[in-house]
Amino acid sequence: MTDSEGGPDLTKDGPEDTVPAPASDAGRPLVVVEHVDKHFGELHVLKDINLTVNSGEVVVVIGPSGGGKSTLCRSINRLEPIDGGKILVDGKELPQEGKELAKLRADVGMVFQSFNLFAHKTILENVTLGPIKVRKQGKQESEKHAMELLDRVGIANQAHKYPAQLSGGQQQRAAIARSLAMRPKVMLFDEPTSALDPEMVNEVLDVMTGLAREGMTMIVVTHEMGFARRAAQKVVFMADGQIVEENTPDEFFTNARTDRAKDFLSKILTH
Amino acid sequence: MFDFGPFFDNFDEILNGFWGTVKLAAVSAVLSLLIGTVLASFRVAPVPLLRVLGTAYVNVVRNTPLTLVLLMCSLGLNDVLALTFSDNPGTTYYWWAVLGLSGYTGAFVCESLRAGINTVPLGQAEAARSIGLTFTQSLRIIILPQAFRAVIAPLGSVFIAMIKNTTVASAASYAEAAAAMKSLLDLPSFTSGALPLFIGVAIGFMILTLPTGFFFGWLHKRMAVAR
Repeated sequence: MTDSEGGPDLTKDGPEDTVPAPASDAGRPLVVVEHVDKHFGELHVLKDINLTVNSGEVVVVIGPSGGGKSTLCRSINRLEPIDGGKILVDGKELPQEGKELAKLRADVGMVFQSFNLFAHKTILENVTLGPIKVRKQGKQESEKHAMELLDRVGIANQAHKYPAQLSGGQQQRAAIARSLAMRPKVMLFDEPTSALDPEMVNEVLDVMTGLAREGMTMIVVTHEMGFARRAAQKVVFMADGQIVEENTPDEFFTNARTDRAKDFLSKILTH
Repeated sequence: MFDFGPFFDNFDEILNGFWGTVKLAAVSAVLSLLIGTVLASFRVAPVPLLRVLGTAYVNVVRNTPLTLVLLMCSLGLNDVLALTFSDNPGTTYYWWAVLGLSGYTGAFVCESLRAGINTVPLGQAEAARSIGLTFTQSLRIIILPQAFRAVIAPLGSVFIAMIKNTTVASAASYAEAAAAMKSLLDLPSFTSGALPLFIGVAIGFMILTLPTGFFFGWLHKRMAVAR
């Protein structure tokens, strides 16, 4: 921890409305990916991907670089358009570019590897922007909610600073708060700790583990095996544009079914 | 040879001319910023037609000599086509000069701004889209504010060029500093002091342009976005 105020306080009970409570209809399919194909020029990056993520479920996507993990994550809120198949979020197919798509994106939180906080706005403005401009929520209400979220992720005292004044870990926690402020139905994490200095990885993972415990539906692309074991209900192993194995974390890490997964695990777990 | 007498004898007229320059430059600065911003938005828009329009405008206007643009406005549109702003020739030529100069400078503002948009990391736009902002919102709230801050200094150069370009408006029947100078030189009674007159008018322009440059340089440092 680099900051004196400490990391996120997960023992503290967040205000009731900071995060959607575990949905009563947990188990309902929230993100459905059906026969999705995608090419980057010659490269076939997603090959007939099928995946269902239920409400309240935490799915960790792991696999070697270039295997299509990030592309899959980004295509779920259409930052990457797909060539074939379809993706449904909460029963609705992803619309084409336009107002409808913007509306859908507002319900899907996204946390990026490089944080992508708005560089010319303070942390508080970063968190309130979506609620004010997209949800048309009042400024006061948005700020109150934003401060609760920033408090939850442990950086309330940084609210009036600019992103560049914060450490990487603090920036990523702010980015998580920015996503949460939209009260998303599902959160996508695209390698959220890969750009962080090692000592800051845990402060971000702690926030994510807290979210998982509270029943947030999450799709997490990561290399953090510890997090996968601790927080995930399902591990999806991707390589060469395909989902090679879908398994529970326990099974996957101790007794992977496929050779490709075993090979990958042996390479990362031996040292 | 260096007789500053005639320059100071006609100081009022020269000052009057510079007032014309300032009026033209100030309004054109605001208008060209607006035009440039709209053009830049067109050029990065997801709608192909807008992109084509923006690109065509910039390429036509930027590659046309300013004298031609201004003469087209004053002689072509105002005189031949009788598209006048007012019955008062001074007023109508003034507004045509403003429109011509702004339309011309707007193309350069657009290109500066587009360079600025390219300095904004792609992730900023992706984050904007991911929280549900529409294209227009993300351009207006996230991209353009950062793009502007990145190009404040180059925009200063554009505006310095624009201030000096006001002299071309004298060809389009608008009375500004260069026109005042020219009319003094043309007086039969004006026999000596041409060099001091040139020097005086040049200093007059520097009084306008140097602070412009310093101001934009200062603003650039002050508004820079830390990444």
